[in-house]
Amino acid sequence: MLTILLTAGVIGGIAVLCASALALAAHCFAVYEDPRVGELEKCLPGVNCGACGYAGCSDYAKAIVAEEAGIDRCAPGGNDVLEALAAATGAAATTLEKMVALVHCNGTAENAKHRHAYNGIMDCQAAHQLAGGDMTCNYGCLGYGSCARVCPVDAIEINKNLAIVHPDLCIGCKACVASCPRNLISMVPASKKIHVLCSSADKGPIAKKACNVACIGCRICAKLDGDAFTMDGFLAKRNYDNDVTNPAVIEKCPGKCIVDTAPAPPAQPTEGQHA
Amino acid sequence: MSEETVPIYTVSSAPHAHSGASVRGIMLDVIIALTPAMLAATYFFGLHAIRLLLVCVIGCVATEAACRKLMGRNLAIDDLSAVVTGILLAFNLPPSLPTGYALFGCVVAIAIAKQVFGGIGYNPFNPALIARVALLVSFPAAMTRWHSPLNPDRWTSLGWIDAATTATPLDLVKTAVTSGETLPFSWDGSMAMRFFVGNMDGCIGEVSALALLLGAAYLLWRRCISWHIPGTYIATVAILAGMLRVINPSANMPLTFHLLAGGLMLGALYMATDMTTSPLTKRGQIIYGIGCGLLTMVIRRWGGYPEGVSFAILLMNAVTPLINQYTQLGVYGHKA
Amino acid sequence: MKVTRALRKLRGSIHPQYFKGLTADAPITTMPAPAKLFVSMAQHLGAPAKPIVAKGDIVVQGQCIAEAAGFISAPVHAPASGKVLEVDTAPTPAGTMAPRIIIETDPQNTETQTLPPMPEWQKQPRETLLARIAEAGIAGMGGAGFPTRVKLSPPADKPIDTLIINGAECEPYLTADHRLMVEHSAGIVNGIRIICHLLEVKHVHVAIEENKPSAIEAMQQALEQLDGVEASVCILPTEYPQGAEKQQISMTTGREVPSGGLPMDVGCVVENVGTVLAVANAILEGLPLTHRVTTVTGHIVQTPQNVLAPIGTTYADLVAFCGGLTNPAAKVISGGPMMGMAQPSLEGSTTKTSSGLVFLEERRVHVYRSLPCIGCGRCIEACPMDLIPAAISYTVEGGDYDKAEALNILDCIECGCCAFVCPASRPLVQHFKLAKPKIIVKRRQAAAAKGTA
Ligand code: SF4
Ligand code: SF4
Ligand code: SF4
Ligand code: SF4
Repeated sequence: MLTILLTAGVIGGIAVLCASALALAAHCFAVYEDPRVGELEKCLPGVNCGACGYAGCSDYAKAIVAEEAGIDRCAPGGNDVLEALAAATGAAATTLEKMVALVHCNGTAENAKHRHAYNGIMDCQAAHQLAGGDMTCNYGCLGYGSCARVCPVDAIEINKNLAIVHPDLCIGCKACVASCPRNLISMVPASKKIHVLCSSADKGPIAKKACNVACIGCRICAKLDGDAFTMDGFLAKRNYDNDVTNPAVIEKCPGKCIVDTAPAPPAQPTEGQHA
Repeated sequence: MSEETVPIYTVSSAPHAHSGASVRGIMLDVIIALTPAMLAATYFFGLHAIRLLLVCVIGCVATEAACRKLMGRNLAIDDLSAVVTGILLAFNLPPSLPTGYALFGCVVAIAIAKQVFGGIGYNPFNPALIARVALLVSFPAAMTRWHSPLNPDRWTSLGWIDAATTATPLDLVKTAVTSGETLPFSWDGSMAMRFFVGNMDGCIGEVSALALLLGAAYLLWRRCISWHIPGTYIATVAILAGMLRVINPSANMPLTFHLLAGGLMLGALYMATDMTTSPLTKRGQIIYGIGCGLLTMVIRRWGGYPEGVSFAILLMNAVTPLINQYTQLGVYGHKA
Repeated sequence: MKVTRALRKLRGSIHPQYFKGLTADAPITTMPAPAKLFVSMAQHLGAPAKPIVAKGDIVVQGQCIAEAAGFISAPVHAPASGKVLEVDTAPTPAGTMAPRIIIETDPQNTETQTLPPMPEWQKQPRETLLARIAEAGIAGMGGAGFPTRVKLSPPADKPIDTLIINGAECEPYLTADHRLMVEHSAGIVNGIRIICHLLEVKHVHVAIEENKPSAIEAMQQALEQLDGVEASVCILPTEYPQGAEKQQISMTTGREVPSGGLPMDVGCVVENVGTVLAVANAILEGLPLTHRVTTVTGHIVQTPQNVLAPIGTTYADLVAFCGGLTNPAAKVISGGPMMGMAQPSLEGSTTKTSSGLVFLEERRVHVYRSLPCIGCGRCIEACPMDLIPAAISYTVEGGDYDKAEALNILDCIECGCCAFVCPASRPLVQHFKLAKPKIIVKRRQAAAAKGTA
């Protein structure tokens, strides 16, 4: 009994000692903080995603107070945060277009072929380093999820070997953009739903051989709707400044790589379209 | 669809050659090495040794399977590491320990000491030893009920265990030393031989130094262990025991007694050498072995328990990360 | 002739199965030019060569078809006469894109082009000889493909006193260098003479592993013809990686190349036997580097052999020349199994660094399983650089590259010893290959930032 009491006493004593030391340290080493920083921090989402270019929301708040940064750098917060920051700082607010990430590839396991069997680290960069990745297409998604792992809000899903960004979850932090060794991800306006889901710069026959839904560079989309689609070599590019005025392009695209993501996620865009 | 049959080659990073070594292979070697000691345990303690070995192995494997299923880890269960843990746990139990208690030990070893930390390779402490200490703390009476080996009834019934209990040699020495009596043994060559073969009271797997050394020789030959940990561990114990004996022969048992009695051989050869929980570099392993030896003798001589091997190894497990950090090698091309 | 033994022991090593018997006694066979050659412009370390021919041009064997793009680069010559079918870009084994020239060979056209031979080379100025070596497109044929001219022009503040000729060929399966030493020892000695003259060195070690007695004997005899320098054959124990540059320097001279340094920092230059022979051919006969010996081997190759083939020969053509495969291959390696590169298909073609083409059947393919490290410490024992691969791989896995750098990941020579012994089948070397470029880029950026600040 005595031993137990003794032990409890000693441990309790140590705890009290440590606690007081901590309290003392907190008191002695406390740094003065501008109260405005705390105020601004409250306006920020607190996700600490780093999209603003600072180590976290608090750092960004400090930067605003120090007038190192403008108030428009929090993409995840969107217009609400911008307004709140504008109110708090008295700066003029503009409106932001909500941008989300998009993987410009539709090479699912069913659509795209594999060149070899990869055995190694489950990381896109690692797979890409070995003979340029295991997809026959030298441009497409490898599906090892490097982008998904860096996404702070788990907005990226790997479905059948293909990375898909869920636009409603994406906070626009851009972390995934740099993580992709194939440079497949870019930020697009959330309001635009029709995309070219291919990044293959190869000529039509080569691209077609590698993937069922590759852009074959036929220029039909650019002819039908030149405002929304332009050509870059053998690859069609979506011009997001303009809306798609001729929805027939989706039907007419022989590569089946122009996809309207509004009704369904882009995983099964070709369904029901087989001839 | 006319699919050309283009062969699909495997592409991986170099090297493309491999020694063929596998975790499973290493565990199999350990099991082979433990076989002489399993036979010795059975010879000395009969049905109870078989009971404990079976219960622990099955208990550990079942717990491992259950944990992996629960945690959704799809790692293959065929690495045999749970079997090794089971055998080592059984080795650390007294022959009379009830089956239920042994099963409790299995759950502690696998679920708490291993899987909670992430499974094989991630456990900071030796699972079998954690289980032994948990049992010792939870069921001190059952864990310290000893029975003499070679009971004539050991093959025919489990009942002989209800008969008179005895004490381990280390128990006797501890009692004598703490109460100031004279040492209980007349230590001579034949006595040492008896201990060496394993005819003494103790946990089922620790008694026979002979069988344990045989297995260790196999492990050394297979390069599954190196001499660094067991060598320094045993040498440290020997040196300390020898010195104590020289200083005060009336209160200290001779060197050979300390080497053969209790769990030193089992601990030094099989528990301290557990790969995951011991340091990576040879230099680190030497420090670790010496530390184990020191702590073992300090606990045996001055601690509250008669035996200090388990605690010593667990304590050194705790400082393994620290040792690893401070025993980096002199890399090629860097000035010392 | 002096014969010496290795001065030291390797700090770590492994003993893989060598399987050199498949081709060690097979004399070098010459393969006629196949119908098409796919000549890459990125055959050497440094900037890819710039093509100077266009589609439809007729080229002659030995004609320069691409010129060096900068100092660390090398020109490329037509390996056979024929017509340029296409000048396009193709992925290199490292995943980057590089220009490529496709030649349709013409067996009728037996014309060849050479540079003027220099029988009186001793009378030529150093610069002329170096220029010739560069002009002939010679790059290290041992594996890395470092332009030889650059290696042979060390800066004045790095005096060189020892030339090491690397004939260790420690990679399993490969015997190309072995056969070169047996069949072309005189040519190799001519090359040694030229390089000694260029570097003004007085000591030469020809380092050969113990398991090649015929090569040791041939080189020993040939070296008798070399006077004015102190030459010896240094017999190395048969263990991997004796052929690694830093290890070989330690073995033969006892010196240790400082971390981040080059052999010239300790007064050494290491050249592969094939490179030395190419130097002799370029100077004495004016031959540009258009062919090389590649060991085509594996238990499933019909007739494994050492093939002298035009550079740019596809792997498919090479294996067809060797009678094809007896069983399906599951893995194809360009180079040796320890450091070579697995090929996605047989469409690839040989380069100046193609030392071997190894075909493995299913049961010989090792599968990386990335199990957790069990802390066995075998990788540490095996590492010739005395690194702690287990710890480094964990830091890379966790994305902590700064810690990896502190654990000296940049000293790793990617020899593969660690992954060879790892019972958990961890892709250790792949972790290092993944992290090293990122760390180097980061270092450069940090250095640049410092420079501008
Ligand atoms: S999908 Fe990309 S941009 Fe969107 S939240 Fe995730 S990492 Fe950030
Ligand atoms: S989008 Fe890029 S990073 Fe993401 S899974 Fe595909 S290849 Fe990998
Ligand atoms: S690959 Fe690197 S870490 Fe592994 S053994 Fe070789 S030098 Fe050491
Ligand atoms: S060889 Fe493999 S399992 Fe052993 S310590 Fe190294 S990484 Fe870990």
